Amino acid sequence: MNAPVTPALLYLDNVTVSFDGFRALNALSLAVDHAEMRAIIGPNGAGKTTMMDVITGKTRPNGGTALFEGSHDLTALDEAAIAELGIGRKFQTPTVFDMHSVEDNLLLALKNGRRPLATLFSRGSAREQERIDALLERVRLAAHRYRKAGELSHGQKQWLEIGMLLAQEPKLLLIDEPAAGMTDQETADTADLLRDIARTRAVIVVEHDMTFVRDLGVKVTCLHEGSVLAEGSLDAVSANERVVEVYLGR
Amino acid sequence: MKAQSLFDRQTFIVLSLLAAAAILVPVMNGLAEPGSALHLSDHLVPLLGKYVCFALLALSVDLIWGFCGILSLGHGAFFALGGYAIGMYLMRQIGPRGVYADPILPDFMVFLNWKELPWFWHGFDWFPFAAAMVLLGPGCLAFVFGWFAFRSRVTGVYFSIITQSMTFALMLAFFRNDMGLGGNNGLTDFKEILGFPVQAGSTRLALFVFSVIALAGGYLLCRWVVSSKFGKVLVAVRDAESRTRFLGYRVEHYKLVVFTLSAMLAGVGGALYVPQVGIINPSEFAPANSIEVVVWVAVGGRGTLAGAILGALLVNAGKTWFTAALPEFWLFALGGLFVFVTLFMPRGILGAAGYLWERFSHGLRAGRSPEPVTHAAE
Repeated sequence: MNAPVTPALLYLDNVTVSFDGFRALNALSLAVDHAEMRAIIGPNGAGKTTMMDVITGKTRPNGGTALFEGSHDLTALDEAAIAELGIGRKFQTPTVFDMHSVEDNLLLALKNGRRPLATLFSRGSAREQERIDALLERVRLAAHRYRKAGELSHGQKQWLEIGMLLAQEPKLLLIDEPAAGMTDQETADTADLLRDIARTRAVIVVEHDMTFVRDLGVKVTCLHEGSVLAEGSLDAVSANERVVEVYLGR
Repeated sequence: MKAQSLFDRQTFIVLSLLAAAAILVPVMNGLAEPGSALHLSDHLVPLLGKYVCFALLALSVDLIWGFCGILSLGHGAFFALGGYAIGMYLMRQIGPRGVYADPILPDFMVFLNWKELPWFWHGFDWFPFAAAMVLLGPGCLAFVFGWFAFRSRVTGVYFSIITQSMTFALMLAFFRNDMGLGGNNGLTDFKEILGFPVQAGSTRLALFVFSVIALAGGYLLCRWVVSSKFGKVLVAVRDAESRTRFLGYRVEHYKLVVFTLSAMLAGVGGALYVPQVGIINPSEFAPANSIEVVVWVAVGGRGTLAGAILGALLVNAGKTWFTAALPEFWLFALGGLFVFVTLFMPRGILGAAGYLWERFSHGLRAGRSPEPVTHAAE
């Protein structure tokens, strides 16, 4: 393994993705540290989701570097390998396994053997149950343990999906619009939860809700047309002329 | 847990019914007086055996379609390959009793003026080899086919279409005399299986019982697979494939394993089918056959295993009756049935029955004092 070229946990340099001539990412560069939380804002089409696709191996960039922990080349790995490296992803619309119980959703996400033979002969262990119990407490779904995930409310599904991410024990969590469709109270609780998670892991949050971003109180990166427009504290970024022009509006 | 007890009940019912069939059919055929109401006439035994083999085929389709969302419209091909493997064994058993009395070559090869046995026929005179090929033939084809399809992430309707092409291509290939598998006529005129005459009533009863045992074994195997954590991953793939990938599961490996397993089950069904119907020919590869299997599963209830068995038995019994009574209307009836089930019973007979049962038992429970909910820790 090569010596790390960067101390950052996630390092994107000059990443470009084009679809039929349209540049979804245009020489995007971004670095996220260990146990840092970063909020990504930007108008629709700024490339936020494409950036997540590149980091998780769903989309191969046309050019540029994407490194994890300084040595793993994310552009050469597939989704499963990247997930095993320790990058978890939450989708914009909550995506859980509707037909499985809440408990089974977490069981499938637990950091364990992922190969067909391992799962075919796997029988639940007490340690797994403990992990699941702890996660259920953390995402406040202990009372819903045996319900089908499809029966949960929107907010509960969002939390279940965050719980599934935590079950993977990732080093980096990518979270796409966690506050979408949530009540004010749920939004505030989610911000608390994410801040708590960010104490030990790196978190990248894509969000439109500026109140929520303010609640998080972290460094903000504003994307526009596939590259970084501004970066810094929320106040600094929202004071930026260009950000106001393209995103926040006057 | 609730789900666990339900599974036990279904398994118990399926196995009891199969055991009853394995006992009652020989008794009613062999012991009951001919002419009595309880007597099962000789021609019905292989017919029922045929249904049981179809049920095994339906089960194999339900395993991949019902639990992993892989809609194969070419599973008849794996069934037919299993049938051809045992057909080749049965051809070799004819020996010098063929029309041309050649001790080695089957009749069609003598007729085509071939001088020696093609290489791939060697070994098929030995039953264990043929039995292994029943699993390996369909299994290898499914593995290679699945390897390319799943790796390229071919899913949904595109996958269904290429499975149709696969079975169609195989049908055209098997029609050719050059394939060395009997061409148009296929393999037939079987005499003996393991030394027992295939036409004899006792052999047919034994084949029926073995088919039922195979179905029960196949059911238990599928039940074990789908109730393991592996099975939970399959359902996860069915319902949210990309979520499963981002959790770190190699979806294509899972699909490949279950597709190959399913093809082998279908092959066993075909292998038991051929000695009971006495012939295997390329029409078994016909694309329409494979589509019909999907209808059986949909009618019985997709994703329930027991539903696949039920659907295969009911639709085939209906087909036997219909094609005798109103032959020209059968295809309309089948099409109508599929439309009806899709529109009004999207979860099939078993799904609809389960729904009614749940409502009924819920109504009963509402009348009594509520039971304490005990979700005790395991």
